[in-house]
Parts: sequence; structure tokens; C-alpha cells
Amino acid sequence: MSYSIVEKRDMVHQVHLMKVLAPDVARAAKPGQFVIIRIDEQSERIPLTIADCNVTDGSVTIIFQEMGKTTKQLATLKGGEELQDFVGPLGTPSEIDKLGTVVLVGGGVGVAPSYPQAKAYKEAGNKVITIIGARSENLLILEEEMRAVSDELIVCTDDGTKGHHGFVTDVLQKLLQSGEHVDRVVAIGPPIMMRAVAGVTKPFGTQTIVSLNPIMIDGTGMCGGCRVSVDGKTKFACVDGPEFDAHKVDFNLLMNRLAVYRDEEGISMKRHECTCGGEQ
Amino acid sequence: MAARQPMPLQESEVRRRNFNEVALGYTEEQAVAEADRCLQCKDPKCVQGCPVNIDIPAFIASIAERDFDEAIRTIKLTNALPAVCGRVCPQEVQCEEYCVLAKKGQPIAIGRLERFAADHESVKGVEAPQKVKPTGKHVAVVGSGPAGLTAAADLAKAGHSVTIFESLHEPGGVLTYGIPEFRLPKAIVRQEVEYIKQLGVDIKVDYVIGRIKTLDELRGEFDAVFLGTGAGLPNFMGIEGENLNGVYSANEFLTRVNLMKAFRFPEYDTPIKRGKKVIVVGGGNVAMDAARCALRLGADEVSIVYRRGEDELPARREEVENAKEEGIIFRLLTNPVRILGDDKMSAKSVECIRMELGEPDASGRRRPVSVKGSEHQIEADTVIIAIGTSPNPIIFSGSGGLESTPKGTIVVDDSAMSSLPGVCAGGDVVTGAATVISAMGAGKLAAQTIHDYLSKQ
Ligand SMILES: Cc1cc2nc3c(=O)[nH]c(=O)nc-3n(C[C@H](O)[C@H](O)[C@H](O)COP(=O)(O)OP(=O)(O)OC[C@H]3O[C@@H](n4cnc5c(N)ncnc54)[C@H](O)[C@@H]3O)c2cc1C
Ligand SMILES: Cc1cc2nc3c(=O)[nH]c(=O)nc-3n(C[C@H](O)[C@H](O)[C@H](O)COP(=O)(O)OP(=O)(O)OC[C@H]3O[C@@H](n4cnc5c(N)ncnc54)[C@H](O)[C@@H]3O)c2cc1C
Ligand code: SF4
Ligand code: SF4
Ligand code: FES
Repeated sequence: MSYSIVEKRDMVHQVHLMKVLAPDVARAAKPGQFVIIRIDEQSERIPLTIADCNVTDGSVTIIFQEMGKTTKQLATLKGGEELQDFVGPLGTPSEIDKLGTVVLVGGGVGVAPSYPQAKAYKEAGNKVITIIGARSENLLILEEEMRAVSDELIVCTDDGTKGHHGFVTDVLQKLLQSGEHVDRVVAIGPPIMMRAVAGVTKPFGTQTIVSLNPIMIDGTGMCGGCRVSVDGKTKFACVDGPEFDAHKVDFNLLMNRLAVYRDEEGISMKRHECTCGGEQ
Repeated sequence: MAARQPMPLQESEVRRRNFNEVALGYTEEQAVAEADRCLQCKDPKCVQGCPVNIDIPAFIASIAERDFDEAIRTIKLTNALPAVCGRVCPQEVQCEEYCVLAKKGQPIAIGRLERFAADHESVKGVEAPQKVKPTGKHVAVVGSGPAGLTAAADLAKAGHSVTIFESLHEPGGVLTYGIPEFRLPKAIVRQEVEYIKQLGVDIKVDYVIGRIKTLDELRGEFDAVFLGTGAGLPNFMGIEGENLNGVYSANEFLTRVNLMKAFRFPEYDTPIKRGKKVIVVGGGNVAMDAARCALRLGADEVSIVYRRGEDELPARREEVENAKEEGIIFRLLTNPVRILGDDKMSAKSVECIRMELGEPDASGRRRPVSVKGSEHQIEADTVIIAIGTSPNPIIFSGSGGLESTPKGTIVVDDSAMSSLPGVCAGGDVVTGAATVISAMGAGKLAAQTIHDYLSKQ
């Protein structure tokens, strides 16, 4: 199969937005779900969260950060070009209920998958507080979009170039200490950030959901490569998740398994730089 | 009487390091000589052992007469995947077991002759199937493994318009993602899939039913549905250390190698760990395939760890022999207890325990029991778990009323009809992990049932 890219735009340094024509996926997708893409015959399959979709024009939006070979190659594609495979929607959708107050914490490119959730929680009648963070102001994404669907938006940068100077977890900690009643925290970002959020909310007993990002292949429960440990039990993140109770996740295992192909990823990256003439 | 013709093989010393096909196939002379041995029985027992009822004596007679075109035509009347079946059917417990000559240990090599006829056709170009009058009925087939492909072929031949929905990016099911290139070249699977497309079947890949559309929705859009979603969910043992790096399910290992072509990394971008000391747990075809792939990826030592004995190994006899010739070590009556890791949380050894065979269990096989105090450690940087699979539950989401067993298989009646009218199921999703040919037999039966169902409407 092939799927046309209807739009591709650079959001900030090394973070890109891509709209892909996949009407059946757009129709079925719910917040919290992802797609698996394959650029061409030689590519690996990689998972990316559905950041938005449009049932009218049949497009699905993904937002991705250049990490290694596949995401860098993806970044070289333009509107009008094609992806060979675009499978989805995968994963169990988020459980979006009317709870009261929901805090969404998005770090780095994790802000993108938080966006459809913020929107859905808002539509379900919740008070939505959003905390988004990046290393620096010029790496911050979706600030305006997030503001539009949040009752309150707090921006953090590690270097203090915008908003709160520090980590999203500092802000979250203050918020919980302030006595604000929070019914649920949803954190999406690098595993380190999600682990830190879990650490912050645990003493308050606040229900906390994280979206895990282990290495995947099929995304349909067929390989077990994406297994994570939750409450001491092995789960397949692509079908049982990707969302789990943060207080029960074994983050060390997750981070360890994410690093398993570091050497091979280096080889792929070098090869990519050689064939496409280095940094794009 | 002449002896059974041996299968020419790639030399074991050479083949253990390449992914090319191991069995090279009969020459014309060998095929004719083998076909000449057939007694052309009036009441051919061999056919009883073939779940798709190939007219075995007839096609063998054609080979003996050197009319190879007629031979393949006869086979294709009932079997849409002859090049596959000729290679992977466990013939020793099917057609060949029933052959009257089996008693003397020299049954006709029916599978090899079937492969010969199919390969002969593929060299000279596949005959285009005849178009039939459309019935105007639409049937959805979920899954493109042997069950789905067979059902689709038969339904298309009956004039129905058929759409296959497949979740992976390539059709074929286990034939594509599971069984390795050296046993079943992917070009052959592709060619058989091409033939099914020529019958008019539309194949939509990247399409996960239960996610992009539910069974309920398919039932609204199509006149009937066939479910052939297989048993792809890998089982783990639940022992300590199973989530360490370097521990794979056989499905993940084989999917990386076969579907994603990790054996050609970095030309193909999907990585795989090329272990030096590899342990594969299990004794079926899946375990043999994983072990032989690991060897071909460059391992120094590959062992099969299996809790029962040699006689209980469920794999095809031929593959066990091939594996042994290639230098795979068989540690029988041995069971893993836990997997130990190093300081980087990567597998470093497997602690095993020796087993003895006790009383027969429900399956009639003698139950293995562990021998106290016989724990020992075997070094391994890669551990592959091949202890079986279960049906993948995704198909059940949004499938109101579809009845299943506690094991997760779909309940069907004698005609392959599920609890939902117009919805049939067959293959591994009904039986649990079984064989290519039994899945095809089920696909055939279901196609007949669906055809009857649609004819009555
Ligand atoms: C459910 C899910 C949703 C995700 N959503 C997004 C998203 O919306 N935007 C985004 O930028 N990223 C997302 N990711 C992460 C994204 O899949 C990885 O960044 C990408 O696969 C890296 O591939 P690469 O070849 O560019 O980098 P590589 O150099 O191959 O790897 C960089 C790192 O990415 C991880 N990774 C590698 N291969 C895979 C794989 N097949 N599956 C998952 N992780 C892998 C590993 O930790 C690795 O160390 C998501 C991951 C998951 C599991
Ligand atoms: C490694 C290995 C080696 C084997 N060797 C042999 C052998 O030598 N001889 C032999 O006879 N048998 C062998 N078998 C067993 C044989 O391959 C299976 O019994 C047979 O393939 C079952 O066929 P099936 O059509 O029921 O399912 P499968 O071949 O499993 O096909 C099911 C298909 O359905 C798709 N699917 C699943 N869920 C969905 C969904 N929700 N939506 C859309 N698509 C879906 C899957 O992606 C898959 O392509 C082997 C199996 C394995 C794993
Ligand atoms: S399909 Fe399988 S069982 Fe039937 S004749 Fe061929 S090899 Fe034998
Ligand atoms: S039973 Fe054996 S000898 Fe008799 S027809 Fe069949 S293959 Fe030939
Ligand atoms: S990605 Fe294969 S089971 Fe989850």
C-alpha cells in the first residue's frame, strides 16, 4: 500500500509535523492511539502517536522528533511524497471520563500526544490544567493549540528562556502542594520525565497515567517485543497499553529495553549520513 | 522395488551459514523415477491423509507420463498453494503416512512430487485462472495466512467478490513472517499470493480488524465474513529473567528475520542481536526455525532445550534431521528454570533442570517431571522462547456475540460456522497452533459453507 503525505512542516528544530492521507484510520482513531509507519521496503516499522485527525479530509497528523535513522529519513520527505505503510489506529484508547480536574504533563515531543487528550478531557467536561516543557523556548511546540483546549496552561523551560525556569515536575509538585484538587495526572514524554512525574504524584496518592514507548514491531500483540512490567506482571504495551498506571510501571526495565539496539542504531545512522550527505 | 528418491540438499557445512533454500528439489529424472514407484491404487489410502483431498494418484500418474502441466492442473483443482504445501506439510503424518508403501518405510514422496509439479509451473509461468460469472455477493476474509488465502481462492472461484484484510504489510501469515527463507523462499509465497490475486481477490494490507474496523462493521458491509486470524500471540513461561535484553519470543525473532529481513541488516534497517551462544526453548517447527536462523546469523553454538524426549519432538522429522546435520545441539529432557542476567540486564545464562518422563498426561504423551537437584547453568547471550502461541484477541473487540473458548479460540460448528450467522472461522484461530494444511482444509470447508449460506439468500 502507499499513503500520500499531504503536508509536512517543520515545527521547531528537529521536530516535524506530517499529515498523511489515511481516511479509514482518521475515522477510527481515538485519543491515546498510535500508528506504525514504514517509509519504504528497507525501513523498519516505527510507532508514532496520532496527534490529530480530520475525518472530513481523511488526514491523520503525526508529530515526530528526529532521533535516529528512521525519524531523520522521515524528516527528509515532503508533501506529495508517500509512505509505504501506515497502520492504525493501534493501542487501547485512553479512558476519557468526566472526573473533575485533570492535569496533563507533556515533555518535549510528548506535548504532541498530550494534545488530543487535553482536547478530549476538555470536551468531556473536565477542568484541564496543562503543563508543557521543553529544553528551551525555541523547542517548545503546540503552545497555542494547547492553550485553546486548556483552562490553565503552564509553560516550563529547562533554561528559563520562557515561562517557569525548571522542570515540569517542579510545577506539578507546587500545584499538588497548593491544595488544588487533582483527580488524574496524565504524563507523556521521555521515560525519565514520566518516572519523575510518578515520583512526584505518588506521595499525594494522585492517580497517574503514563504512555509508554517501548520498541515495537507489529503493534498488534504478535511479537512481545514491546513487553513492559506493570505491577510485577508482563504486559504488551501495544495492545494492553500504551497507557498504564505510572505508580506500577517498572521504568528501569523500560529504559533498559529501549537501549538494547544502541550499537545497531549507530550503524544505521552512520550509513544514513553517508548516503544522504550528512545533516539535512 | 526401487527405493524412494532422496531429496538433494545444500551441503550442511555450507547451508548452515546462508539463508538460501536447503532442499533443492527433484530433477525431472528423479521426479519421474519416484512417480513410477506409485502403485496407482484403486482405493488410494494416501488421499485420506490429505486435508484438501488432492487426487494424488492422478497427479503422480501425470508426472510418470511427463505431463507436468496436467499434474499441476490436477493439484490446483483442490489446492491453491501447492509450492508451499509440497515444502512444509508434515507429510510423514499426513498423505505419506497413509500411503500403502509406508508400512515398508518407503512411502511415495508425495510432498516432494507436489513441490516438483508446482516449481515446474513457476519456471514456465503460471497458467492464468479462468474468470467466472460474478454472483454479486461480497465476502470479507480477515487474515491472509493459509486459511484465509484458501478460503478466498475458493470463494473467488465460486464467483463471489472477495476482499482480504491483513494487519501486516505483507500477505501470507506465518508463511511470510514465521517460516524462514531457507525452508520456504518468500518469492514462492509471493507467487502463490499473486495467483490468488489473479483469481480476482483484493488484498488490503495494513488493515487491523478490531481497530480500523470491527467485525460488526464488516458484517454490515459484506454478505459474509471468514476469520482466519491465526494464533500469533506468543506465550512466555513466566520465569525469572524473561524480560532481560537478549530474550526473544520466537515470533519476534522470526518476524525480525523473515518479515523485516534483519538478516540483511543494515541494508534492511530492522536490527537483531546476533548471539554467539543461543538457547531456544521448545521442540516444534517454530523452535527448529528459530535455532537454524540463529545459526545462520553467525552463532557459535545453538542449543534446543526441550522438556520431553526425542520421540516427542513435535517438529517435522525432516527439519529435526536437517537441524542436527547443521550442528544444532539437542538438550532433551531439560527445562529452563530461570534466566540470569549480567550487570547491564542482558541475558548471560539459563539455569536448567533435568526432566524424566512420568505417567501419560491428557494429551497421551508421558508427562515430564523435574529431577530434584539436577539444576545446571548453560551460558547464553540470546534466549528464544518457542513454547507456543495463542489466538490474538484483537479480532474480538467490536465483535458482538462471537463465542470463544477459555483458551481464546473461536467456537465453530462442523461446517466452520461461528456463533454469528454468516461468519465462519478456521485455521489456528479455531484449533490453536496447528499446520498449514489443516488451516487450508478449514479454509476450504468454510468457503463451501459460506457459498451454501450465500446461495440460500
Ligand atoms: C506508542 C509509541 C508512540 C510514540 N509516539 C511518538 C511520537 O508521537 N513522536 C515521536 O517523535 N516519537 C514517538 N515515539 C518514539 C518513536 O517511535 C522513536 O523515536 C522512533 O522509533 C526512533 O526511531 P529512529 O530510527 O529514528 O531512531 P533509532 O536510532 O532507531 O532509535 C532511537 C531510540 O528510539 C527508540 N526506538 C528505536 N526503534 C524503535 C521502535 N521500532 N519502536 C519504538 N521505539 C524505538 C529506542 O529507544 C532508541 O534508542 C513513540 C513510541 C511508541 C512506542
Ligand atoms: C515458525 C513457524 C514454523 C512453522 N512450520 C510449519 C511447517 O513446517 N509445517 C506446517 O504445516 N505448519 C507449520 N507451522 C504452523 C503453520 O504455519 C500454521 O498452523 C498456519 O500458518 C496457520 O494458518 P492460519 O491461516 O490459521 O494463520 P496464520 O498463518 O497465522 O495467518 C493469520 C494472519 O491473520 C493476520 N491477522 C491476525 N489478526 C488480524 C486482525 N485482527 N486483522 C487483520 N489481520 C489479522 C495475521 O497478521 C496473519 O497474517 C509453523 C508455524 C510457525 C510460527
Ligand atoms: S497438500 Fe500436504 S497432505 Fe496434501 S498431498 Fe500435498 S503434501 Fe500431502
Ligand atoms: S497410496 Fe501410495 S502407492 Fe497408492 S496411490 Fe497413493 S501414493 Fe500411490
Ligand atoms: S509490538 Fe509486537 S507485541 Fe507489541
